[in-house]
Amino acid sequence: MTEPLLTIRDLSIEGRQGRAWQPILRGVDLELRRGEVLGLIGESGAGKSTLGLAAMGYTRDGTRIAGGEITFDGMDLRALGARRLRGLRGRRIAYVAQSAAANFNPSQRLIDQYTEAPVDIHQLRTRPEAAREARELYARLRLPEPDVIGFRYPHQVSGGQLQRAMTAMAMSCEPDLIIFDEPTTALDVTTQIEVLRAIRDAVREIGTAAIYITHDLAVVAQMADRIKVLLRGEEVEEQPTRAMLAAPREAYSRSLWAVRSFRAPEHSVPPAGATPVLRVAGVTAEYSPGTPVLQDVSFDVHSGRTVAVVGESGSGKSTAARVITGLLPAVSGRIELDGTPLPPRLARRDPAALRQVQMIHQSADTALNPKHTIREILGRPLRFYLGLRGPAREARIRELLADIELDPDDFIGRTPAALSGGQKQRIGIARALAAEPRLIICDEVTSALDQLVAEGILKLLTRLQEVRGLAYMFITHDLATVRAIADHVVVMQHGRVVEQGPKDEMFRPPHHPYTRLLLTSVPDMDPDWLDRTIAERQES
Amino acid sequence: MAPLARMILQRLALGLLTLFLISLFIFLAVELLPGDLAEEVLGQSATPETVAAFRRELGLDQPAHVRYLDWLGGIVQGDFGRSLANDRPISELFAARLGNTLFLAAYAAAISVPLALGLGLLAALYRGSVFDRSVNILTLSSISFPEYFVAYILLLVLSVNLGLFPSIADFGAGAGLGEMLYRTFLPAMTLVLVVTAHMMRMTRAAIINLLAQPYIEMARLKGASPLRVILRHALPNALAPIINVVALNLAYLVTGVVIVEVVFVYPGLGQLMVDAVATRDIPVVQACCLVFAGIYILLNLGADVLAIATNPRLLHRR
Amino acid sequence: MRLSDLRGMPPTAAFGLGMIMFFAVVAVFAGQIAPHGQTEIVGMEFEPRGGDFVLGTDNLGRDMLSRLVWGARNSIGIALATTALAFTAGALLGLLAAVLGGWTDQLLSRFVDLLISIPSLLFALLLLSIFGTSIAALVLVIAVLEMTRVFRLSRAVAMNVVVMEFVEVARLRGEGLGWLIGREILPNVTAPLVAEFGLRFCFVFLAISALSFLGLGIQPPTADWGSMVRENAALITFGDITPLLPAGAIALLTVSINFVVDWMLHRASGLQD
Repeated sequence: MTEPLLTIRDLSIEGRQGRAWQPILRGVDLELRRGEVLGLIGESGAGKSTLGLAAMGYTRDGTRIAGGEITFDGMDLRALGARRLRGLRGRRIAYVAQSAAANFNPSQRLIDQYTEAPVDIHQLRTRPEAAREARELYARLRLPEPDVIGFRYPHQVSGGQLQRAMTAMAMSCEPDLIIFDEPTTALDVTTQIEVLRAIRDAVREIGTAAIYITHDLAVVAQMADRIKVLLRGEEVEEQPTRAMLAAPREAYSRSLWAVRSFRAPEHSVPPAGATPVLRVAGVTAEYSPGTPVLQDVSFDVHSGRTVAVVGESGSGKSTAARVITGLLPAVSGRIELDGTPLPPRLARRDPAALRQVQMIHQSADTALNPKHTIREILGRPLRFYLGLRGPAREARIRELLADIELDPDDFIGRTPAALSGGQKQRIGIARALAAEPRLIICDEVTSALDQLVAEGILKLLTRLQEVRGLAYMFITHDLATVRAIADHVVVMQHGRVVEQGPKDEMFRPPHHPYTRLLLTSVPDMDPDWLDRTIAERQES
Repeated sequence: MAPLARMILQRLALGLLTLFLISLFIFLAVELLPGDLAEEVLGQSATPETVAAFRRELGLDQPAHVRYLDWLGGIVQGDFGRSLANDRPISELFAARLGNTLFLAAYAAAISVPLALGLGLLAALYRGSVFDRSVNILTLSSISFPEYFVAYILLLVLSVNLGLFPSIADFGAGAGLGEMLYRTFLPAMTLVLVVTAHMMRMTRAAIINLLAQPYIEMARLKGASPLRVILRHALPNALAPIINVVALNLAYLVTGVVIVEVVFVYPGLGQLMVDAVATRDIPVVQACCLVFAGIYILLNLGADVLAIATNPRLLHRR
Repeated sequence: MRLSDLRGMPPTAAFGLGMIMFFAVVAVFAGQIAPHGQTEIVGMEFEPRGGDFVLGTDNLGRDMLSRLVWGARNSIGIALATTALAFTAGALLGLLAAVLGGWTDQLLSRFVDLLISIPSLLFALLLLSIFGTSIAALVLVIAVLEMTRVFRLSRAVAMNVVVMEFVEVARLRGEGLGWLIGREILPNVTAPLVAEFGLRFCFVFLAISALSFLGLGIQPPTADWGSMVRENAALITFGDITPLLPAGAIALLTVSINFVVDWMLHRASGLQD
C-alpha cells in the first residue's frame, strides 16, 4: 500500500466557552487509506463531529485548531489557503450530515443542489452530464422515481429519502473521502436499515474512503472496516471491526459493549381477573375533529409490572400518555385507575387521583425548572400532595435523594444547571416518587442519554419497582430497552395497537408483520447482520 | 397553485376585514365623547336650539349605525364629509396633500431601502468587526433620537449654517422634479436617517439568523465561496424576512412623516392631521386616520403576499 | 443581575448606566437643583447663554436651566408612570394568554392584532382629539397603545416557556394558575421582560415627547422637554441651539437606555449558547 489518503497527527481543537478556550480534541491521531471505511464511535461530547469536520480542514465558529497536523493526499490542510481548501471541499472530500432536512436549502430543488458542486463550484461536469449522473446515483441509492425525484423541493421528500439524496450529493464529484456524520440517527429503525444498505452499497461500488461517525455500535459494525473509540476528546483504542467486537481491549470499550446485556428480574403474569392499576379501554383521541391519532387503544398495566409501549415516530405512543394523564381528553373509551373511571379532562381530576399517576419525561433538560433548586423541585409535590412542611419535608427530600443514589448534602441546594444529564433524569424520577404514586409513565426516559448513563437509569428504575411495587408504563422506540425491562409489550403503529402480549411471546415467532419488521430492523452487533437481514427479506 | 391563490385571497380578505374594523373603531371612538360632537364643538354656552340645529346639520339625530353606514358609503365614493373648522369638503383638503406626503415618503424610501439593505448585509458579513460595532452604535443612537432632534440638527447645519438647502420645504404647484427633490431634501434626509437605522438592524439580524442554518454550513462544505453562500443560499431564503423588514419600515415612514412635516412646514397630510387635532376638527382627524391606516394596512398586506409568493414551501406543495 | 455582572461591561453600556443614574438624580432632586421655579418668569425673553442665566431664558423669559431640570422630573415621571401601567397590564395579560391558551388567547391576541395594525401615533392623535389633552388622558391612551406591544412580547416569551415539560409537570400535578404563572413561568422570563421594560420606556418617552412637541401632549406651563423644543423652535432659524438642548436631553436618555438594554440582550443571548 502506498501512503495513506488522510493522516491526522496529534490534533487538538478547542472551543470557546465564555472567554476561555476549552479542549474538545486532545491530541488525536488518525490514518485512513484509500477505499477504507473508518468508524468513529463515542458518546456525546466525545468530539466525533469535530474530528470529522477537521478532516476537511474545517472548524465551526467558536472552535479553533490548537495544534497538530492534517495531511490529505500529501497536502497540509492547515497550511492551505482558503481558496485551495474550497477547491478540495465537495470535490475530493464530501460531507453527509445528520439532519438532512436542515442541511438542504429549502428554496432549491434537489437536483440543483446536487449539480451545484460538480457544475457551478468545481466546474467538473456540464449540467446535463451531472443531471444524468444524479439520476444514476439516485437509482443506485434506491430512491423511488430516480428520474423525477430531483425536481422536488426538500420539504416534499421524506427524511429517509432526503438522507439518501444527500449521500448522492456528496458523491457528485466522485470524492476520495466522504465524512458521514450520524447519517441515520434521526431516522426510525425501519427507515434506517434501507439508508444503511444504500450508503454501504454505494460506498463499496464507488470505492471511496469514508469516516463513519455514530454513537451506535451495531450500526458502525455494519459499515466500518476499522473502529476507533473516542472518549472526551481522546482516543481510547482502535482495532479492525471484527477484532474490536470480539475482544475490546480497554475497559471503557468493554463497558460500551456490555450495556445491552442488562435484564430486569422476571415477574409472573398477573392472575386473571386481578384489577389492574391502569386500564385503558377502547380509547380514541384526536387533535382535530375527524382525524383520530389514537384508535381503539386498549391495554392494562398491573401493579409491580412494566408495560412497554413500542412504536416509531407518529405511532401514537406518546399521545397515549397524554390521554392517560388527561392533557388530551379522549373522545371515547375509558381510563380506569384501580377499577375507578377517571374523568377524561385533567382539570376534572382530583389531586388524590393525580397523585397516583406520575410522569417522567424524555428530556430531563426541559423537565426541570432551571430557576428552582432541587429542594424546591422535590419539596413541591411533598407539600402539594402530602402536606409536608418544615423539617419533615426536608427529611423526606433527603430520603428521596438517597433513594436515587445522589448525595443529599451535595445536591439539595443545586439548580438543574449544575447537574449532568443522568443526574437530571434521576431528579425527575425522585420528583415522581415524591408523590408516592402507584403508576409512573416513563416517556422515552433513556433515549436522550448515553448508553452507560441510560443503563444506570434502567437499573435504578428496576430497583425502585422491586422495593415499592410500582407499575411502569414505559414508552420507547428502542427494542433493546424493551428487552431489558418489559413484562408486557404493546406494539403501536399509526395510532393503533397492532399486537400485544407477554415479552417472551412477543420476541418469539410468529409475529404480526409489523412487529417482525420492527424486530428485524434493529441492527445486531454482528458485522454480517445487514447482509443476512437483507438476504432474508429478499427470500420472503 | 390553488392553495397559494387561496392563501393570498385569505390575506386580502383579512386586510379588508382589518380595515373595516379600524373604520368601525375610528367611528365608535367619537361616540365615546361625553355628550356629542355638536355640544363639544359649540361649547356649553350654546342654546339648546342652536345645538339641536347643528346636530341636524351634522346628521347626529340619526341613530349611530345609520350614520356609520352613511360615512362609510361616502368614503367608498371618495366623499370624506366636511371639515368642522372651515366647512370645506375634506376630499378637497386631501387632494394635493396626500400626494405630497406620499412623495416625501417615497423619496425617503428610495434612498433608505437600498442603503439599509446594503449596510445590513455588510454588517452581517463582517459581524463582530470594527465596522459592525461602530455601525451598531451609530444606528442604536439614531433609533433613540426623536425625529425632530435629527431634523433640527440637519436644519441647523445644512440650512442655517451652510445655507445649502431651504429650511421650509414648500414648493409651488408648477415646480419640476429637480426643484421638488431639492426643496424636500432636508425632511427626506431626516426620515432616511431614522428609518435606515431601524431597517439596517433588522436586516442584519435576519441574515445572521439565517447564517446559523445547517444548510449554510453544508454549502461551505461543498466548497462554495463566501459570496456564493450569501447570494445563492442565504439571500433567497432571507427574502421573506427582508420583505417584512422593508414593509414594517415603510409603514413606519407613514407616521414618521407627521412630525417631519410639522418641523419643515411641509403641506402634507400629517400637518393637516396635527392641525385638526389641535382645533378638534374631528371629521378631518377621522378621515386622516383612516387614510393613514389604509396605507399602512396595504403595505403590510403587500409584504404578506410577497412573502407567501417567495416561500418555496407554499409555492411547491407536497 | 448581580453586581459582579457589571464587570466586563462595554464602554457604551457603562456610559448608558452612568447617564441613567445622572438623569434619575436630577429628576428626584429637581427642587434642590433648579435655581428657579419651573413657571417663574425671571428675565427678558430669549436672553442669551452665559450672563445671569447659564443657559439663557426661553420664549417667556423663564430660566432655561431650571426648566430643563424640572422637565427631567415631569417628562421622565409621566413616561415612567405610563410605562409601568402599560407594562403591568400588558405582561399580566400576555402571561395569562400564554398559559390559558384557547379562547382567552384568541380573543386577546386578535384584539391586540387589531390595535397593532395601526401605527400608535395615529391612534394617539385620534383619541387625544376626542378626549382632549389632559395628562390623565395622555397617560391612559399611550399606556393602552403600548400595552399591546408588551402583551405580544410577554406572550411570546411565555409561550417558549409554556411548552417546556416542567410546566406540563406542574399542570399534571394539578397546580393552579397562580403557581404556574408566578413560580414556573415568571422566573424564567424576567430577563427579557426587564429588557422590554427599558425599550418600552424609550418608546413611551419618545411618543409622549413627540406629542408634546406637536402641542398635543403635556400642556404649558408645565416644563416638559418635548414642549420646550416646540416653544423655542423659532430660535433654530437664527442659528441658536437652545431648542436642541431639551431635544438633546431626550436623545441622551433614550440612547443611554438603549445602550444598556442592548448589552443586556446581548448578554442574555450569549448565555444561551
